Amino acid sequence: MGAVSARPDPPPAVLDVAGLSVRTGDHALVEDVSFHLGAGERVGLIGESGSGKSLTALAIMGLLPDELSASGHIRLREVERDLLSASETERSTLRGDRLGMVFQEPMTALNPLMRVGAQVAEVLRIHGAVSGREAATDRARDLLAAVELPDPERIARRYPHQLSGGQRQRVMLAMALANGPDLLICDEPTTALDVTVQAQMLKLIDDGVAARDSALLFISHDLAVVATVCDRILVMYGGRIVEAGPTRALLTRPRHPYTEGLMAASDLEAVDAAGRLPTIAGSVPPDGRFPDGCVFRNRCPRGDDACQAWPGWTGEQHDGVACWYPSGSGREAGRG
Amino acid sequence: MVEPTPSTATAAQPGPAPHRGEPIYTVRGLTCRFRQPRVSLRRPTPPLTAIEGIDLDVHAGQRFGVVGESGSGKSTLLRCLAALQAPTSGSIRFRGQELAGRRDRELKFLRREVQLVFQDPMASLDPRMRVRDLIAEPLVAQRMGGVDERVGELLDAVGLARQSATRYPHQFSGGQRQRIAIARALAVRPTVLLADEPVSALDVSVRAQILNLLAELVERYDLTLVFVSHDLAVVRHVCDAVAVMRAGAVVESGSAERVSSAPQHPYTRALVAAVPTLRRALAGADPAALLGAAPTDEEPT
Ligand SMILES: Nc1ncnc2c1ncn2[C@@H]1O[C@H](COP(=O)(O)OP(=O)(O)OP(=O)(O)O)[C@@H](O)[C@H]1O
Ligand SMILES: Nc1ncnc2c1ncn2[C@@H]1O[C@H](COP(=O)(O)OP(=O)(O)O)[C@@H](O)[C@H]1O
Ligand code: SF4
Ligand SMILES: [Mg+2]
Ligand SMILES: [Mg+2]
Repeated sequence: MGAVSARPDPPPAVLDVAGLSVRTGDHALVEDVSFHLGAGERVGLIGESGSGKSLTALAIMGLLPDELSASGHIRLREVERDLLSASETERSTLRGDRLGMVFQEPMTALNPLMRVGAQVAEVLRIHGAVSGREAATDRARDLLAAVELPDPERIARRYPHQLSGGQRQRVMLAMALANGPDLLICDEPTTALDVTVQAQMLKLIDDGVAARDSALLFISHDLAVVATVCDRILVMYGGRIVEAGPTRALLTRPRHPYTEGLMAASDLEAVDAAGRLPTIAGSVPPDGRFPDGCVFRNRCPRGDDACQAWPGWTGEQHDGVACWYPSGSGREAGRG
Repeated sequence: MVEPTPSTATAAQPGPAPHRGEPIYTVRGLTCRFRQPRVSLRRPTPPLTAIEGIDLDVHAGQRFGVVGESGSGKSTLLRCLAALQAPTSGSIRFRGQELAGRRDRELKFLRREVQLVFQDPMASLDPRMRVRDLIAEPLVAQRMGGVDERVGELLDAVGLARQSATRYPHQFSGGQRQRIAIARALAVRPTVLLADEPVSALDVSVRAQILNLLAELVERYDLTLVFVSHDLAVVRHVCDAVAVMRAGAVVESGSAERVSSAPQHPYTRALVAAVPTLRRALAGADPAALLGAAPTDEEPT
């Protein structure tokens, strides 16, 4: 699925990522990642912690830390320049205007010394969507009301630390959606929230992108959450996209052993005779060093010598798998 | 001997799952209030009631779940059970001995019987200490001998290599750090393990590994487990009995199976509906469906 591979004409993409790699000095953390998002499309990016999901999001936002370098192509609709070669000034104009992002830990994105209403108003004024202090303040209050914060007048005058975790997430969502972005990226937006607050947040994200026809890239390790929100899913492991497909097909007929492992581990009702939950063998290498060839081969129940070479991508960019022995191909018979 | 578990909410409920012996904990009318900073010169701010009027029994060998949303008082209840927090009123009897109103040094016996595991292993493990010392600390505090042998045994029990002993917490993944925290809790051979959201910060795959480990250890060491979570689906998998908390009170209790499959209280129903499941998502449920009868957000003061 490299940058040059031929594929049938996709719908005009809001975002087109082609052959994206992110490297530290000596090894790749994200490698040859390609996908696209159409207008209003909701796409999930799933995988365990350490798979490269956040780095992919940060590369799109132009927020990678200095010690990492990105290569490949990232194109945004109606923007001439490849985002990876755009200047920091160009990229910061796109952020908050055409691109919005909600982080797992809201305190990293909010200014602790500024009242939250003023922070939302600032996003509106910097990007020229609203002129005048008063108009921006009014509009900020409307946005806080739209994310269903109770008593938005009062909340607007508070500092981030005076809000609960769920309230801070909503403020960040209000900021990310303020200028009607073409693309909203949510990186584990509800992982730190309890189930009832998560339900409210998911509904707000869903309504927010629908009202603006924004594309959504929704990152999570929770399959059930992604399935509830997204039309399509990308499965990431070891810095690679290992499977992609429409939500229902991918989750009813997974092909990659990693997708199957994630599904089995998330089903709390599927226990063996001893009452044990299925797990994926081993764990994600904490230092980000995955095996050569197929990145999953040291944990895969199905791997053999062939898997010492990277299997390459089979199928369409938006519906395919990277595995020598995918389920349903006939080739997996007798393995795993 | 078989006394019904009191329920503050609904009277006509089936009791909890059949239990296997005398209650280890008998909690009656447990209330815990916190003073709040004064914001007005004219009148004092009323104290915040974290939990109020809680009645429950935890039996030996039971796996007892506590579920509820953020701020409902789950951790406060657990801290009271561990005698890390003194209740404002009410009674907590541990194997018949009253804990409320006792001085710290009279509670030493409890530190050996009852241990805690927290949600965020990174926050609960001192980053400057090696794994060996982290696990040995409770042993040393209790003046127990044979430390190195015991640390080795514990690392085996939680599925970590013995060489891990010389490393620091940041050199481990989230799941491995939770294994270290569990080894540390088990060091003094407690009879009761109190776990506060031990898997809420973990990936689904790691969550399954830690839940399996907890189940195995509870079985092997014959532990009584009190397990706090905001996710009723996890509690149903782990526990045999459950108490559902809201705003400091128990609104429903019973067998974990019954409470999840046939919730009686509207709040429990909302909690059940709010957990996204693959089955419902594939049947076409969207984020709005999760709200079900979810109670509206209450502004904390
Ligand atoms: N030491 C304290 N001083 C003042 N208030 C406290 C203290 N500890 C807890 N509270 C308050 O008591 C209430 C219950 O808190 P608790 O931590 O028990 O909730 P919880 O159910 O564990 O929530 P979470 O799911 O967020 O962990 C909250 O309103 C909390 O802010
Ligand atoms: N600044 C950095 N320098 C070196 N390695 C990093 C840096 N940021 C992330 N990594 C590594 O890259 C891998 C992928 O990280 P990340 O994208 O955060 O994963 P995810 O979001 O899927 O949990 C991990 O092994 C992580 O340790
Ligand atoms: S390529 Fe081989 S090791 Fe990799 S997932 Fe497929 S079967 Fe497993
Ligand atoms: Mg991440
Ligand atoms: Mg708590």
